[in-house]
Amino acid sequence: MKRRRILATVAMLAAGTGLVACSSDEGGSDASNCTNTITKQNVPVVTMWGWYPNTQLVVDNFNKQHDDVQVCWTNVGQGSDEYDKFQTAISAGTGAPDVIMVEADRIPTFQIQGALVDIKQYGFDAVKANYGEGAWKDVSVGDKVYGVPVDGGPVAMIYRKDIFDKYKITPPKTWAEYEQAAQKVKDAGGPLFGDLGANVSALTMALQIQKGAAPFTYDPAQPKAIGVKLNDQASKDVLDYWGGLAKKGLVGTQDQFTPEYISGVINGNYATYISAAWAPGYLTGAGVGKGQDTGKFAVAPLPQWDPANPVQINWGGSAFSVTKQAKKPELAAKVAYGLYADKESLTDGWTNQIIFPLNLTALKDPAFVDLKVAFFNGQQANKDVYLPAAEAYKGVAYAPFGQYYLDAMTKQVSEIIKGSVTGSQAADRLQEDVAKYAKEQGFTVQ
Amino acid sequence: MTSLTEKRAPRTQPETRKIRGKVHLREHLMGWLFVGPFGIVFLAFLIAPLGYALYLSLFQKKLIGGTSFVLFDNYVKAFTDPSFLSGAWFVIRFSLVSIPLQIIIALALALILDSVTTVFARFSRLMIFLPYAIPTVIGAVMWGFLYSRGFGPLTDIFGLFGATAPDFLSSDLIFYGLLNVVTWQWAGYYMIILYAALQGVDPTLYEAARMDGAGKWQIATRIKIPLIAPALILILVFSLIGTLQFFNEPQILRYLAAGTIGSDFTPNMYAYQQAFSLANFNYGSAISFALGGIVFICVYAFLFFTRKRRSFL
Repeated sequence: MKRRRILATVAMLAAGTGLVACSSDEGGSDASNCTNTITKQNVPVVTMWGWYPNTQLVVDNFNKQHDDVQVCWTNVGQGSDEYDKFQTAISAGTGAPDVIMVEADRIPTFQIQGALVDIKQYGFDAVKANYGEGAWKDVSVGDKVYGVPVDGGPVAMIYRKDIFDKYKITPPKTWAEYEQAAQKVKDAGGPLFGDLGANVSALTMALQIQKGAAPFTYDPAQPKAIGVKLNDQASKDVLDYWGGLAKKGLVGTQDQFTPEYISGVINGNYATYISAAWAPGYLTGAGVGKGQDTGKFAVAPLPQWDPANPVQINWGGSAFSVTKQAKKPELAAKVAYGLYADKESLTDGWTNQIIFPLNLTALKDPAFVDLKVAFFNGQQANKDVYLPAAEAYKGVAYAPFGQYYLDAMTKQVSEIIKGSVTGSQAADRLQEDVAKYAKEQGFTVQ
Repeated sequence: MTSLTEKRAPRTQPETRKIRGKVHLREHLMGWLFVGPFGIVFLAFLIAPLGYALYLSLFQKKLIGGTSFVLFDNYVKAFTDPSFLSGAWFVIRFSLVSIPLQIIIALALALILDSVTTVFARFSRLMIFLPYAIPTVIGAVMWGFLYSRGFGPLTDIFGLFGATAPDFLSSDLIFYGLLNVVTWQWAGYYMIILYAALQGVDPTLYEAARMDGAGKWQIATRIKIPLIAPALILILVFSLIGTLQFFNEPQILRYLAAGTIGSDFTPNMYAYQQAFSLANFNYGSAISFALGGIVFICVYAFLFFTRKRRSFL
C-alpha cells in the first residue's frame, strides 16, 4: 500500500519531466548510460532503445563495422514498458532515444503525435530492395516511411507432439477441428488445449482479422476521419469462439509471458500455443524446451475458418524508427537502416529463433529456408510453416491510438474470461468504448 | 504519544518590552532558518507539483485538435467514468474490511506483548514487525508466487487432502488475496505503534486499577485502550489514506493474476495508466485530484465522528 501521497507522486513525476526538460541539453537517453561498451572514442554516438534478446551482439556488430557512428543501447523494457517510457518522453519533449525499436502496429500511434521521422529522404532507395513490399507497407503511413523493418511474426500453431501422440490427434486444419480435438483431449482427461490470454490483444486482433475483420480504416491524407469497426460479425464470431472454448474448459485463461504461463508450457499443461514465429526464441529464453520438455514441440500451420480460402496473419514483429528528438536524424537513420541488417546479426537472430527476418537476404538464404529447428526437434519449420505464412500475409491498417484499443481489448477479454459477457457483447462494448475514445480525441468516427 | 498531547511549558515573563521584542525577532529568524530547508523542499516537491497537476487537470489534449482549456470537464468525466467509480468503490469497500481487521489484530498483539515480558515476547515482536521491513514489491511478488496454482505450495498442500486449492488470484478471491497481503504487511507496523503507545502509559495506573479490583481484561479495555486512543486514531487515519491510495500490490499482482486485475482496478492505477500509458496527463491529474477529494472527505468524515478524541491533530 502506498503510504506517500500518490497524487503528489503522480504530479511530481509529471512536473519532474518538466524539470528534466530544463536541465538536459543532450536530449535523448544519456550516452554515458549505455548497456554496451563503446570502444571507439571521439565518434558521434546515436542512442537506441530495444529489447531483442540478442541486441548486445547486434549492437556490437554494428559498432565494429562502423567508424563514423557508434550505437549506445539501453534496454528499457519489452513492449508496453518501453512504449510507456517513450510516450512519457514524447509528452515531455525530451528523454527519448534517437533510434527506437517499435512493433509495426505502434508506428501510427507515435506517428500521429509527430514523434517519428520520415526516413525516406535518408537513404531509403539504397535499401529499398532488401525488403518485400508488404514489409515496407507495415512501417509506412501513407507514402511516408517511419521505420526499417527487422522481423515479422507469421502466426502458426505450436503444439506438443507428445500430447498429440498420446491422445492420437493430428494437427487440426480448421478451427472447428481445433475445438473437436480440444474436446477429445479433455474427455480423455488430458491437459488444456490452448490459452486465451487477456494480455495478448494484438494476437486476438490478428485472429479476428483472419476471419475477415477490418478493425480500422485510416487514410493519413484525411487525418481527422477514422473508421472503427470492432463489432462486425467476424470480430464477434472469433470472440464467441474463444469465449466458448474457455467456458467449456477446453482452453486456459492465463495471461501469457507470465511465470505462471511459462511454467504451464514447460509442464505440458497446454497442448497448443497459437503464436508467432518469434515465440520459440522467447520460450527458450524463459527456459522452455530445455529440460523435461526438450524436443517435444512441433509446429503446424494456423487452423483456418475456411480451408478453401486460407488467411495468414501476423503478430508483432518490429522495426527501428528514428524519433523526432534525434539531434542528427540523418545519422540516426543510418543506424536504423544498418542495425540488424548485417548477415552475422541476422543469422544469429534466425538461428536462435529470436526473429523471423524480413530482410530478403536472410529470407532467401538456403540455410534459413532449410533450417532444421532444434526447438521443433529438427522440423524444417521455416520451409514448412513460417515462410508460406509470411508470404501469404497481406498487411493490416493499424489504429493511430493503438495503446488505447489494445488496453480496451484486454479489458473486454478479461470480462469474457470472467464469464460476465459473451464474445458478441464484448465486441459491442469494445466498439462503444473505442469509438467514444476516438471521438474524445477529436476524430470523426465513420 | 503523551508527549504529543502535552502542553508547552509557559515562557518565563520577560523583564522589559524592548528585550521581549528583540528576543521575539531573533526567535522568529531562527525559526524561519530552521524551517527553511524543509520549506524549500516542501514547496518544490509538494506544493509546486500539486499546483502543476491541478493546472494540468484543467486542460484536455486531443490527438486531433491539440490542447484546450476545459475547466472542470475532466472532473465531470471522472465522476461519470465507470472505471474510476468502480475503482473508488473497490478501495472504499477494501478499506471497510481491511482497516478494522488490521487494527484488531495489531491491537490484540500489542496488548498481549505489553503484558508478557519474556524473551519470547521480544522475539515475537520482531517477527511480527518483520513483514513491514520487506519492501512492498518483494512482498507482493512473494505472495503472488505463493498463490500461484502452477508452482505455489497451495496446490500441493491442498492436494495432500485431496482438495482443490483456492485460487486467490481469481476474480472471486482476489479481494481476500489482497486483504491477506496487506494485513500481513501492515498489522505488525501498527502493532509497534500501539505497543510504543502502551509503553508510554504510566504503570501506576495499572496498580491503582488492580487495587480497585480490576482484572486483566478490565485493565485492557478500561485503562489501556482509552489511553492509547490517540495512537489508534492516528493509525486509522494512516491506513485509511494508504488504503484509498491502493497501488503497489495490485499493480504487481496484475502480472500474475490473469486478467483479474485490470488497469483500472484502483483509482491510482487508473490515473497511472491514463498518464503514463495513454499519455493522457490531463485526465490522469484530474483522477488524482478526484481521488484526493475522496480521501479528504473520508478522512474528514472519520475525524468528525471521532472528534472527541482527536487530540493529536
